Amino acid sequence: MGKSSLHVLKGLDLEIKEGEFISIMGASGSGKSTLLNILGLLDTHDAGTYHLNDQIIENLNEKKAAILRNKFLGFIFQSFNLITYKNALENVALPLYYQGMKRSERNKKAMQYLDNVGLKDWAHHLPNELSGGQKQRVAVARALVGNPKVILADEPTGALDSETSAGVMKLLRQINDEGMTLIVITHEEDIAEMSDRIIRLKDGVIVSDQKVKKVKVKS
Amino acid sequence: MFDLDRWREIFQAISNNKLRTILTGFTIAFAILLFTLLFGIGNGLKNTFKESFAGDAENAIYIKRGKTSKAYKGLQIGRRIQFRNDDYSYMIDEFGENIQYITAMYSKFLKIIYKDENSMNQVRGTHSDIQFLEEIEVDEGRFLSQFDIKRRAKVVVIGRLVEKDLFGRRSALNKYISIDGFNYKVIGVFSDPGGDNDERYLYAPISTIQSIYGNTDYINSIRLTFIPTLSNSQAIAFGKKIGQKLKVKHNIAPRDQSAILIQNMAEASKGVGVVMWGLNIGIFIIGFGTLIAGIIGISNIMVFVVKERTKELGVRKALGATPKSIVGMIIQETILITTIAGYSGLVVGVSLLKYLKPTLEKYFLKNPSVDIGLLIGATITLILAGLIAGYLPAKRAALIKPIEALNAA
Repeated sequence: MGKSSLHVLKGLDLEIKEGEFISIMGASGSGKSTLLNILGLLDTHDAGTYHLNDQIIENLNEKKAAILRNKFLGFIFQSFNLITYKNALENVALPLYYQGMKRSERNKKAMQYLDNVGLKDWAHHLPNELSGGQKQRVAVARALVGNPKVILADEPTGALDSETSAGVMKLLRQINDEGMTLIVITHEEDIAEMSDRIIRLKDGVIVSDQKVKKVKVKS
Repeated sequence: MFDLDRWREIFQAISNNKLRTILTGFTIAFAILLFTLLFGIGNGLKNTFKESFAGDAENAIYIKRGKTSKAYKGLQIGRRIQFRNDDYSYMIDEFGENIQYITAMYSKFLKIIYKDENSMNQVRGTHSDIQFLEEIEVDEGRFLSQFDIKRRAKVVVIGRLVEKDLFGRRSALNKYISIDGFNYKVIGVFSDPGGDNDERYLYAPISTIQSIYGNTDYINSIRLTFIPTLSNSQAIAFGKKIGQKLKVKHNIAPRDQSAILIQNMAEASKGVGVVMWGLNIGIFIIGFGTLIAGIIGISNIMVFVVKERTKELGVRKALGATPKSIVGMIIQETILITTIAGYSGLVVGVSLLKYLKPTLEKYFLKNPSVDIGLLIGATITLILAGLIAGYLPAKRAALIKPIEALNAA
């Protein structure tokens, strides 16, 4: 493993407030995934400062990072990253296991979140028995179950068809409406349009930062 | 520290990843099984060798008489040497401190009669120590006592097969049998693991036999065991010393090799010792080699197991697993699998050895078995090897950035 470093992000100044729904856009190689990984404490930045929940993030070791991730962050991945040998309920309950919650309690809570994403009846199915959209909804439930401050989604609809994508985005919208901060990475314009604010990256710098005009259709 | 939740996680991981579990377990179980079988067979070989060459009385010395091969002090060549009672007492006087048991022997082949049954058997006139020089186990009654010898009692201790031949199923104890026309009281019946021949002997006081047959003080041979504290070389020197002294006593040329025949088991066991040492080294190499093979096997598998799980570990880390919990989970899982597998291998190996014992004994492998402490030690070694082999990659996996783990194929 060579340790050659590559400057991906070159001077970013970005503030994300609580309750915002942001999408980060850019071509591949623009640095959007790197930004998300740094925000999610999955990767480390080597220059500059990062404040998460008014707390400066520096010199984190893996243990501290793990605790912060568990407490403040929820992840949604393009490839879902469900544990294949655990059923939907157990996957959702896993963050609670690492919070040290009791088994009966965490199963109850996980079931409640599965119900919220409409998958109560699928609780005891393994990931390979679920459709792509269902898997991503399990992942959403898993990201939410630990009551994080921020949900980070890396191309959450990248592996889904457009109809399913719309369903997942609707679910994310709903979560944001309930007050959750959401950061979504995407390269699809129509997905980004569903958020409140779009940040466009190119070669590691922000090229635009604009609010989305609300054309909310109340149902 | 018992954490039920942790164990649940582990059981789930084990039972839902059967191939991985079986692969890990099989390596350990197979290594222990092989170790047990090879060691058992090696031990069987050793036992056979020990039994056939070393014998039971490893410290025995037989003294027999012969004819002179050299003229000496005016005595002619070819003179037959005769031992007498005073040779027996001379041995005790001269070498008493090195002697454990000693007996003189004066044997006759005689006709034995009880009622209508009769047979020809060897009647051995001996001292009472013969009981410990031969492997005599008294089944009924008692053996000859020093008192019997002193008072020239007409008593006899008969072999199990003599009793069977003359008495059928009845007990011979306290019955009188006729030996060459004289009545002897049967005071005991013995068995001898040495075989059928040894169980057809009759033992009577040497004094009785001497007085009845020729009223002599002749003896045919002397048998003794030296005290077990003598080292092999001391014992060999002791045997030589006996020969020298007896040659002087009987006016035999010092270099005459055929007048007095001394058979010293210490000399035989000297060679046996070297072969045993070689066998032990061979067994050790076999066992050690098996163990090394097992260690390498389990190490490879652990590296593979952790590599295969890298992505899962990344997910767990993203969800808040600390490095410690990751390492702990893998270690605990490894201990569980290897302990169960090691134990199974041990049980199967030991049972197989037991089951194969009769077959193996046909192929001259006596009592093929392995010391259970040794087996447990071998199992623990393999478990530790699996632990170390699992710990290093697990530690590395726990410390890499979750994003690298997630990106792993």
